[in-house]
Amino acid sequence: MKIIDTANHAVAYAAKLARVEVVSAYPITPQTQIIEEISRLIDEGIMDCEYIPVESEHSAQAALIGASATGVRVFSATSSHGLAYMHELLHWAAAVRLPIVMVNVNRAMGPGWNIWCDHQDAIAARDTGWIQLYCASHQECVDTLIQAFRIAEDHRVIMPVMVNYDAFVLSHTYMKVEFPEQETVDLFLPELDPMWKLDLDNPMTHGSVIYPDDYEEVRFSMQQAHGNARKVISEAAAEYRVIVGNYHGDLTEEFMTEDAEHIIVAMGSIASEAKMAVKQLREEGLACGVVRIRSYRPFPVEELQRVMRGKRTLVVIDRDCSFGLEGALFSDVKAASYGHSDARAYNLITGLGGRDITYGLLAGAVRAAVEGKAETVRWPALRLNEHHLASKRGVEAAWQGRQKRSAS
Amino acid sequence: MRLKDLPEEELFLQGSAACQGCPGSMALRVAFKALGRNTLLVVIASCISVLQSPFPVSALDLPVLNMAFASGGAVASGISAAVRRLKKRGVFTEEPTVLVWAGDGGTYDIGIQALSGAAERNTNFIYVCYNNEAYSNTGTQRSGATPYAAWTTNTVSGKQEWRKDVAQIMVAHNVPYVATASLAYPMDFYQKMQKAKSIPGTKYIEILAPCPPAWKFPSEATVQVSRLAVQSGLWLLYECENGHTHYTSGTARLIEGRSSAKPVEEYLRMQGRFRHLFSPEKDEKRVGEIQERISGIVESLKFTAKMREHIMDLEIMPRP
Repeated sequence: MKIIDTANHAVAYAAKLARVEVVSAYPITPQTQIIEEISRLIDEGIMDCEYIPVESEHSAQAALIGASATGVRVFSATSSHGLAYMHELLHWAAAVRLPIVMVNVNRAMGPGWNIWCDHQDAIAARDTGWIQLYCASHQECVDTLIQAFRIAEDHRVIMPVMVNYDAFVLSHTYMKVEFPEQETVDLFLPELDPMWKLDLDNPMTHGSVIYPDDYEEVRFSMQQAHGNARKVISEAAAEYRVIVGNYHGDLTEEFMTEDAEHIIVAMGSIASEAKMAVKQLREEGLACGVVRIRSYRPFPVEELQRVMRGKRTLVVIDRDCSFGLEGALFSDVKAASYGHSDARAYNLITGLGGRDITYGLLAGAVRAAVEGKAETVRWPALRLNEHHLASKRGVEAAWQGRQKRSAS
Repeated sequence: MRLKDLPEEELFLQGSAACQGCPGSMALRVAFKALGRNTLLVVIASCISVLQSPFPVSALDLPVLNMAFASGGAVASGISAAVRRLKKRGVFTEEPTVLVWAGDGGTYDIGIQALSGAAERNTNFIYVCYNNEAYSNTGTQRSGATPYAAWTTNTVSGKQEWRKDVAQIMVAHNVPYVATASLAYPMDFYQKMQKAKSIPGTKYIEILAPCPPAWKFPSEATVQVSRLAVQSGLWLLYECENGHTHYTSGTARLIEGRSSAKPVEEYLRMQGRFRHLFSPEKDEKRVGEIQERISGIVESLKFTAKMREHIMDLEIMPRP
């Protein structure tokens, strides 16, 4: 079936194709359309599923944990503050080892209130143990969501998966999406076979107190699961390609990297601008390529080591900032390629809070880096407008006034 | 049915890590007997998280999911929804009872939102709050359930506020069943748990849990302190079915005038957490305030009961 719709509606339909049995969700822009659509599908009898309209995202994740622990396939969607609000339970879901799948529509964190895209929300949830996948097109959102259940439920993994895609750029724009038939999806995604559940015939206690003597082994098993997930993500992509026909890359998607001397690394839809920039730069004689990170956790270490070998320049685009250091993706890519590449590394922190980034801007920034004219970490779209300066002056004047008053 | 007629099977096993005289484990033992094996248990961060014993052993012979502090009502919503699915698929022949067990911190304070949400959705589960009137697990700090004038580590001269009443907040949620219970009246508690099991929708049961280390009384006196709380009229035993409240056991006897209320001072004097009310000299003001408040509530309940009888006698409305 082919439709033209938003990524949000398409993903709701993908959740139906995945035969999700319990959905718990709380509204937050720009994710809300997903859960609206799912509740409509259920209400009209199109989707056979329990819908729990919880009173917060913390409760949304708690309900998913409860339902998943009882042995059914579960799904939710959130964004930004919602993801932050459930942060405690992201840790819980991963450590108690449940194959929960959730969409996070990447949105900036407040204040000030900003509903537009950046990756700060998901980056802040990086070290919870969740597998994080990032999409760059409507079709990839649908295909990745279906794959996410396969990855999460694989007994070599059993880890929650967060499917990320960009606010508005993907969530609210209308594009063509093709859905596989239900039988095709069933072939790819077998019925959930839970590794553990709340079992009346074999009562076990889960998540009780664990002393230092045993805790570290549990955390190590989570790290092993992520190690296994690298293989499982690639397998899922390959098998999906055979059964359904679509393919968007394994842990990474590479674009013109083979003969490239300069590599741009990006995540999400901004990679499309990066590809455009590469085309322009190649016309100008610069051999550039793009590595798009599809799986941020587990991180594609080997892929980056292979790609970066012998390259001259690395430019990493971050739609986030690890304040006090640099872009989080930049740190990760440098760490992964350490000892495998002599490329000079540059970071572009940009596209925050939905700031529009053109391929021309990226091309200019990459050219500057290649020519050695750029600082290591740059915010290339930064512009201090008159109203930024005016509010800065206003704060300073008020501060000085207060100091004067307290001095007198 | 009497205490000796309770099922012999123990689902709360020996060898737990509970303190001597722990009210939590006593309550769990009775609750498990009432609900039986077909129960899925959620334990919210509390002393029960610890006293079930650390990995790799457990004193709880049921499937148990330990969960984060603020999540009780919500995790039950998830389990309850999944149970419905599995029943539809024929995995369960008899639907298991979903039981959430939380302390007063996890109920009155950090967990009230999730509990309220689950109750508003009339989630099919039993929520038990074992109320020891403080954060005992972290070494006794005040909670929304800590009574007026009680010592805790962060109310060293006595709490300045009166406690809130979550059971009544649950009544205001229009859930099908709300009840309070006491360790000194185990059959009353047992019957309320059994009734809760038979009713679909949200059931809230709160049991007063006098905690020897936090309240500072000898560990053999847990039941005695529990009984005095009821006999003084400080802790009311009742059940509210579909909005109709009736008082039970020791509280019913008080209200019907079959027994007279003991002075609250007797209850307060048993506990080190109220010692500053009596030493070096009696704090007449605060003890008086507590007594006045309790007497006021008991008298108003007596009056309401009499009025109801009177109205019934007038036969202007049908008897229930």
